Order: sequence, then structure tokens, then C-alpha cells
Amino acid sequence: MATPKDSIAFVAEGTLPQLDPPANSVGPVKWLRENLFSTPANTLLTVASFYVIYMILGQVLPWVMNGLWTTGSLSECREILQGETGACFSVLTERWHQLLYGFKYPASEYWRPNLAVVLLLVAAAPVLFFDLPRKLLIFTALYPFIAYWLIWGGTILAPVVGLLGFVGAGLVFRTLGRDNFALGFIGAIGAALVVWYVGGALIPEGASDNAVLQAVPSRDLGGFMLNLMLGVTCVSLSLPLGIALALGRQSNMPLIKGICVVFIEFVRGVPLITLLFVASVMLSYFFPPDSTVDLFLRVVIMITLFSSAYIAEVIRGGLAALPKGQYEAADSLGLAYPEAMRLIILPQALKISIPGIVNVAVGLFKDTTLVSVISMFDLVGMIRGPILASTEWNGVYWELLGFAALLFFVVCYGISQYSQWLERRLATDHR
Amino acid sequence: MKKSVFLGALTVAGLAAGAAAAGTLDDVKARGKLNCGVTTGLVGFAAPDANGNWEGFDVGMCRAVAAAVLGDPAAVEFVPTTGKTRFTALASGEIDMLARNTTWTFSRDVDLKFEFVGVNYYDGQGFMVPKELGVSSAKELDGATVCIQTGTTTELNLADFFRSNNISYEPVPVETNAESQQQYLSGACDVYTTDASGLAATRATFEAPGEHVVLPEIISKEPLGPLVRHGDNEWGDVVRWTLNALISAEELGVTSANVAELAAGTDVPETNRLLGSEGTLGAMLGLDADWAKKAIMAGGNYGELFEKNIGEATPIALSRGLNASYKDGGLLYSPPFR
Repeated sequence: MATPKDSIAFVAEGTLPQLDPPANSVGPVKWLRENLFSTPANTLLTVASFYVIYMILGQVLPWVMNGLWTTGSLSECREILQGETGACFSVLTERWHQLLYGFKYPASEYWRPNLAVVLLLVAAAPVLFFDLPRKLLIFTALYPFIAYWLIWGGTILAPVVGLLGFVGAGLVFRTLGRDNFALGFIGAIGAALVVWYVGGALIPEGASDNAVLQAVPSRDLGGFMLNLMLGVTCVSLSLPLGIALALGRQSNMPLIKGICVVFIEFVRGVPLITLLFVASVMLSYFFPPDSTVDLFLRVVIMITLFSSAYIAEVIRGGLAALPKGQYEAADSLGLAYPEAMRLIILPQALKISIPGIVNVAVGLFKDTTLVSVISMFDLVGMIRGPILASTEWNGVYWELLGFAALLFFVVCYGISQYSQWLERRLATDHR
Repeated sequence: MKKSVFLGALTVAGLAAGAAAAGTLDDVKARGKLNCGVTTGLVGFAAPDANGNWEGFDVGMCRAVAAAVLGDPAAVEFVPTTGKTRFTALASGEIDMLARNTTWTFSRDVDLKFEFVGVNYYDGQGFMVPKELGVSSAKELDGATVCIQTGTTTELNLADFFRSNNISYEPVPVETNAESQQQYLSGACDVYTTDASGLAATRATFEAPGEHVVLPEIISKEPLGPLVRHGDNEWGDVVRWTLNALISAEELGVTSANVAELAAGTDVPETNRLLGSEGTLGAMLGLDADWAKKAIMAGGNYGELFEKNIGEATPIALSRGLNASYKDGGLLYSPPFR
């Protein structure tokens, strides 16, 4: 009797050992086939892209690798290179301090702006990352005065009086503002003005002459430091102002609404460079010759007004995107206007507005280079003016402007990455 | 932008008289510093070096005035100005004098209410072309494309020149000098035109300067000089005669090397009057008797300033040309010190 075993030619008794997948459907080859060469059109695009990248790198790499770092002038660079491609980075090694701090900031005091930047990171941390302990915000509140003292130097009494003015205003607002917002607001402004006036009169003449930190006038600030200062100051000032303007524009009170609308529409309708010219040229005619307001302050005011109008419109978009039910819910809970805004409306509206606000902030930071046209020596001003006009470095463009681009890119990319983190962190919907 | 500048200029005209009422000389002496407007940077004329010290031909003028008035060539606060802010800075009193290669024109002198105290550099608009173009005269440039900075007097001069010679050209408008250099080098235009001193400075920065020629024609008059506000004649006299002292010093052979020796007294009466060992010229200006000596010691006489900053030994390599003393066939001619 034939067993089934004999009558059947072959029976598999175990599983076959696994074979490797075909070579063209694993690993890099598969990835290449799927992503780069999947269709003829795709292949064509890939080849074209590689060609473009090769062309760019073929130009840039030798230029960077052949770069010279230690020569004394452009003509020396050219002598050494003998017609070969190669960058003349020597201009950066020789003038880096001018690019970063301007050409008049005393070299022995560079640690002051450096320290101010480090402290800025500490001060900004609790604002940017709200998981950190809230107590750190006290340092954030003190930071503007510390930074002012560090960068400008002079007598410490000036920032102290400035701080006392705000403390006085805060106290008055707490006492008066509990029942009547308007009374408290006006009282706070009055208290601050009184403190500043009295304090300003009490600071002795020439107090800055022998101060611990040597006084540096605004005119001596420059370089990337000036861009950073303008950017940070103007963004942080224009954000609250922008929120106030956006709320004012939605207000039911015709006067406030009218003022906000006219302000926003007027400022948005004027190019920033015009405002800067007004700041540098026209405003000097409204003051007597001896008592002109500091140019830095004038520029800060103008840029702040400009960007606050834009931020106001961005936030208005956020407010408009909220369903009407949210406003009605706040009303039905019996919340007063400030509480409704603070607890319900603004947290949602601001979250919606984050990409827009960051967009304005990045744009504003780059717009600070416009101050070079009113003879302030920011990073671009330093390049266009003094450095390109020196006999040694006239004719060096790519190296200098590339360095400027790199600095701006680092900062702007950082801001952009932060905003994306913030959006993910605040995402409460389940998309 | 243009409009705000225009409004600024109007206001300048209105306010200049008022701002100038106080004596600038007394202000400068009381302040102990001269506020001198310069450019934000022009090769050879004014630019800060790696240590932040201002250098250049126009800077030398500021230092000479500071030395004459205050006795210290370092007692200068240099206020950088752009082409757009320079006149308002002067009119509003932010600066005491402007030494910023500014062309002396009728309307600036009369309408904007400024006082040009003299000419420290005679410039004029010229053309630069690549050698391979084989052009030897600007009149052969029929049909050429020309890189030209917009909104400048050079633009108007160019149109005038081509029209009066009945030839045509195609303008390539550019915004800044740096941009025009790049455009010219990349071949976007056949001809580059600006002031001759600027052409020389630009050509000096090229990788192969020998492949470019500056054509002989100079098609405009650009007398550059320091200026002060209208209406303060005492201060205007100080700046004017400081400039004249530098020019006279070259005529009389007084240099920064021998001025100390000559100040003790010489056989040349005018040198003695200039340097204060004879007469009371300094007192007439309201300055010390040795004001001119200090001004010359600050950076040398006119010729020394020229050679050190823009002369043939520098990369800019400008020849004296019109800016030679009248004795050498140039236009520099100081009124006598008497």
C-alpha cells in the first residue's frame, strides 16, 4: 500500500528560510527608485536638480575653501590668490568687532553688550517657555533697566529712577484702579511722570562722568548689536500696543474706535522708511536745538508705531476668527470686559494669531536694517558705509553681505522654530 | 521718501536763519568740540579705519578747523550724514560745518541758505569704459549703454552731454555706487559714469584696473567744498580762512614738518603773517595768533593732505590736475593773508 508519502513527489516539511528581498526594493536603492526616479518626469527633475546643486556647490565650495583669513587688504588677497577663485574673509577677521558692535563702541566695554545678550536669554526664557517657574518673571521685569544700564552705562541712578516711576505707577493703579479703570490709568501715568520729573531733578549734574560703567552715547552704538536692540525693543513694545489697538478697533465706544482705526490705517498706509526720515529729519524741528530727543529713541518710537499697526491687524484677524459663541459665553458667565478678554477671548485669539505675529516680528527685525539710510551704523550701514569705503576693503561684497545674511538667518530661523514649537505646544484641538 | 526730503529742505530754508543766530564760534569754544558732518563713508575722503578713527581728505579739513579753533585736531565729533540727511543736519544746528564732498551749486547756496566757504576739491563727471571697447573719446559712445545713479546731478549732466553732441545712449539706472560697480563689471553696461574722483577710486578696487580706461572728457563742473549755515559770518570766516591757510601754506612752502621752525619768524612777510609771528590776523578772527600753525600741524598743508589721502601714492591714485596750486597750472588760489 502506497503511503501518501511515496505517491507525492515533494512535501515541504518546514518553512523555507526567508530570502533577502530583491536588491532593487530595499535600502537606498528602493528609496532612490521610489523618491527620485519613479517616473520619467521625476527622473528628469532629479537630474536637473542635481545639476543645479552641482553648479552652485562647484562655484561656492572652492570659493569658501580657498578663502583667506589673515591678509591685510583686498589687494593683498588678490596677490595671494593670483586669479584663482577664493574668498577674502580677512575683512571679517579684521572688522568683525565693527560688524557686531559698530565702530565707536569702546573695545574695552564689549563685555557689556555681550552680558546684556546673555541676560536677554534668561529674561526671555520665562516669557517664551511658560513651563518655567513664574518667579523668573521678576527678572524679566527688571531686565530692561539692567540692559539699559549695561549698554549705555553712565550713572545707575537713571535706570533706577526709571524703574521707580513704573513701581509708583503700579502702586497707584492698584489703589485707584480697583474700582475705576480710567481713574487708575490716568493716576498711574501721573505718578510715573512725577517720579521721573522729581528723580530726574535729583540726579546730580555730571553723575555719569565717573560712573562705574563708562557712559556710551547712543550715537556710538552700531553693528548687529543695534539691529538686535531695535528688534527686541520694538517687538516687545509693539505687541502690547498692537493688542490694545486691535481691541480698540473692535470697541463699541466710537471715539476710541475712531482713533484706533485712523491710527492703524494711517500708519499702515505709510512706508516705514518715510517714518524713519520723519524721525531723523523732521522731528528735530519740533524741538529746540539743545533738547533733541535721542535718535535711538526716536527710531524706536517710529518702528514701534509702525509694527504695532501691523500686529493690531494680525490680532484683529485672530479675534474675528473666534466664533461669536465665545463672546456670548463670556457674557453669559457675567464676566466684565477685562476678565472676558483676559480669560476667554485673548488666549484663543492670540493662539490663532501666532504665525501672523511671528511673521511681523521676523519682518520687523529685518526692517531694522533700514536705519542705515538715516546714517545709523547698523550691520548693513557698517558694510555700506565705513567698511566698503575704506581703501583696504573697497570691493569686498560677497563676504560681507554673506556674513550679514548668515547672522540674520540664524536669528530669524530661531524665531520661526520657536513659533512652530509654540503652535504644537498650544495645540488643543484633535486634528 | 523724496517728499519728506523735500519738506525737510523747505523747513531748512525757513528755520536756517533762526538757528544761525547764535555765534557758532562761541558755541564750539564753549563745547570744546567741533561737530563736523562727514559722509558715512567715501574712499579716500572720509571713512573710519579698523580702530574707528576717521581718516580721509574731508576729515583732514574738519581736523584743521578743530585745531585752529580749539588747538586740538582730535577735538572733533564726526557726525556721519547721508546725501539725504546732510543739509538738515547742518541747518538744524546738529553740526557746525559740513565737509562732505558737496557740490557748490546756486540753489544750495542761495535757496537752501548755506554758505560755501571755498572749494577744496575740483571734481567733474567722467566716463570709464573697458579697454577692449577701443573707445578713446566720449564722443564715440553713440548707442552705448550707460550705468548711471538715479536722482543725481550726474544723471542730468549725462543727458545734457549726449544731447548737445547729438548722439544717443541707453541708460541703465542703478541705485548705489556698489551696485553700479557690479553692473559694470558684469557687462550690463558699456560705460560707467560718475565724478572723476569716484571713477578713479572705483577703478582702483577692480581686480584688473589696467583693463579699464577713464576717458579724457570731463563733462561737468563739480566744485566740492566745506559749507556752513548762512548768516553766521564770523564762523564762516573761520572755516574759510582755515581752508585758505592750508592752500596758502602750500604756496608758501610751509609743511607740517617745517611749520614749527618757520613760525619762529622768516624773511617772507606773508608766511610771518600767516603763522602769527607778525600782525594780528588771528585776533581778527577771534582765535589765537598761531591758529594757522595749529591747523597746518593737524594734517599738513593742502598738498600734504591730498597726497596722504587721495594722491598718487595711495590706491586711489588721483593726480593733482585742477587741484594743483595756481603756480603749477591748477585752480587753487588763496586770497592773500594781509
